[in-house]
Amino acid sequence: MTSERLTPSASEVPDPEDRTRIRVEEFRKRRPRLVDEVITMAHGAGGKSSAALVDHVFVEAFRNPELENLGDGAVLTLPGGERLAFSTDSYVVSPYEFPGGSIADLAINGTVNDLAVSGARPQWISAAFIIEEGFSIEKLKQLAAEMRAAADVAGVQIVTGDTKVVPNGAADGLYITTSGVGVIPAGRELSPHMVRPGDRLIVSGTIADHGMAIMLARGNLDIEADIESDSAAVNGLVEALLAAAPGTRWMRDATRGGLGTVANELAQTAGVGVVLDEGLLPIDPTVLGCCDMLGIDPVYVANEGKFVAIVPAAEAEAAVAALRSQPGGAQAAVIGEILADPPGIVAMRTPFGGTRIVDMLVGDPLPRIC
Amino acid sequence: MKFVDEFRDPSAARALVKSITEIAGDTEWKFMEVCGGHTHTIYRHGIEHLLPENIELVHGPGCPVCVIPMGRIDDAMWLAEQPDVIFTTFGDMMRVPGSRGSLLDAKARGADVRFVYSPLDSLKVAVENPDKHVVFFAVGFETTVPSTAVTLLRAKTLGVKNFSVFSNHVTIVPPIKAILESPDLRLSGFLGPGHVSTVVGIRPYRFVPEVYGKPVVVAGFEPLDILASVHMLLQQYADGRCEVENQYARVVRPEGNTAALKLMGETFQLRPHFEWRGLGFISQSALKVHDDYADFDAEVRFSMPGVRVADPKACQCGEVLKGAIKPWECKVFGTACTPETPIGTCMVSPEGACAAYYNFGRLHRETALLVGQGAPVG
Ligand code: SF4
Repeated sequence: MTSERLTPSASEVPDPEDRTRIRVEEFRKRRPRLVDEVITMAHGAGGKSSAALVDHVFVEAFRNPELENLGDGAVLTLPGGERLAFSTDSYVVSPYEFPGGSIADLAINGTVNDLAVSGARPQWISAAFIIEEGFSIEKLKQLAAEMRAAADVAGVQIVTGDTKVVPNGAADGLYITTSGVGVIPAGRELSPHMVRPGDRLIVSGTIADHGMAIMLARGNLDIEADIESDSAAVNGLVEALLAAAPGTRWMRDATRGGLGTVANELAQTAGVGVVLDEGLLPIDPTVLGCCDMLGIDPVYVANEGKFVAIVPAAEAEAAVAALRSQPGGAQAAVIGEILADPPGIVAMRTPFGGTRIVDMLVGDPLPRIC
Repeated sequence: MKFVDEFRDPSAARALVKSITEIAGDTEWKFMEVCGGHTHTIYRHGIEHLLPENIELVHGPGCPVCVIPMGRIDDAMWLAEQPDVIFTTFGDMMRVPGSRGSLLDAKARGADVRFVYSPLDSLKVAVENPDKHVVFFAVGFETTVPSTAVTLLRAKTLGVKNFSVFSNHVTIVPPIKAILESPDLRLSGFLGPGHVSTVVGIRPYRFVPEVYGKPVVVAGFEPLDILASVHMLLQQYADGRCEVENQYARVVRPEGNTAALKLMGETFQLRPHFEWRGLGFISQSALKVHDDYADFDAEVRFSMPGVRVADPKACQCGEVLKGAIKPWECKVFGTACTPETPIGTCMVSPEGACAAYYNFGRLHRETALLVGQGAPVG
């Protein structure tokens, strides 16, 4: 594809449908406005409402160059030239235990993964607990042990922490906030602005497991299915990938909002087109079955142990082979490519031979009627 | 990703498209897909761009969320905000805007609004919360009526006292008739509703060929179903036939589901008229809870305001639902009206034509074809 068809401005285009499309694209590029008066669940769902909230409340108040990158972690340069990645995340998952994991290992893995995809080797973690009055101490001990086990697997240490107790009803059992610091080895540069047309998009394993496991664990669906969360640290996989594909451009863990959201963030920040090939998406058949039944698109379902990497085409094969040789990477696959056109858009090539758009998700995925 | 491969086989699709292109010749064809489910499939699989340019698929009124007028949403919000009420609804109704925001906003302001997957889940909530009154927001065509009917029956049998249904069930034939009567639309035929027909059968559509001289093919929801149905419609023209055919015979029986129809008759009755978003009042087009079940009728138990609210000025959902304009022809499409800030209902439901076009279809035909036919990257 050449750049000849790069989007012209609306007034130059004769076809009214194309004019509308261009107008919509221009509109989509505007920063989302914050119109709500109170917080709704959509502000926490990772889509456009979340972006609007962060933009208009937090960035507005805290403004500084490190924050404005809005990455998964901030990259900080020390006086001696060494670079650190610093990241923080809160965990409020309900229920706090689910098949394949718990709030405890999520709290470690989530922060480890944010650091890892920033190119850092995760090292130190802090953990803060907000605990509801009445919470079982036995349970807390068990969760702490799980955190320790997850930290050991990821090779990080929990070095500081804090505890607060709130009255019965003021929290749902237990919330955990973790922050983490990792060191970025010299010479590692990852940025969406390094992404080029022709690059390949790799996902490190099956998608949609975590979100679907949680939906089922909440128990208000009459669906019995064996689905486990994919909660896992990916720093081992990231190191293997970077060793095999040193030209890797950019990585992101596909948590809340799933693969579709990550691909959209990339398309918009890098100003490129992202094409996903639906037939190549690694997805467990049971998970796919549940998604189909609920009318939920698996590309928007959360993951907790998967990341997306953009690598030069020439390194794609080596990258996938390296991931597949690692524990937890057996299902890694090339699932898409970067195009110059259409910029800012994620398109899905369906196995049927058709094409559709994959847009940012609005609010939580809600199952559809009938 | 593995699918129900039989119905999504690309080589079968190519063969069908080839054959469709041949019989279509260079006549301009305009087929309406009645169901929102079809609209969703058409955009999700990029079928619009696979068909030759002289075949236009026009989106119809069969999106249950889309046709609910604003006043009914306001009533729903009023119900949700009553003390000691738990208001239960299908997920996609939560975002539909009323005149004071949506049910999601009511929830954020403190109303107990919960989404459920079936009316029986809602009844379960009632049984588990005996000190609250649980209302189920029933929407949908004949497809979803039987499950509400079963729930009413169950509630009566169990003697549940704290459960009622706010019925907004509608029927499919009256809007089809309304569309056929509308002068501004020249249709060549219909892709008939699939799910609805599993309940009502295929006979109710006979008036379409008999009175209006348009063929109907009841269609399934997989992408190949859509192509096969378009092919069958064209074939009818080629053969000089005009009738109701059933492409979805693996699911739809000609007589429908007689047991479900009987149960519906016992638990629901026709309203004299009902307001449809954008289409106005249509007589005998909707169902209310049967008088024998009045104890479970939210409209009887609560004195809702029931105010008729005019659609927002900018909203052209009526034209979209009638197939008179394409989603992108609405002036506010994609700017003032987006899935996040919907003005009309068609932008809310994933089956709404505006949402389907916005979410999946906003691609230039050439780009879509180039991307779709690109070599797999694997
Ligand atoms: S763009 Fe919005 S207002 Fe216009 S027809 Fe569609 S849903 Fe209705």
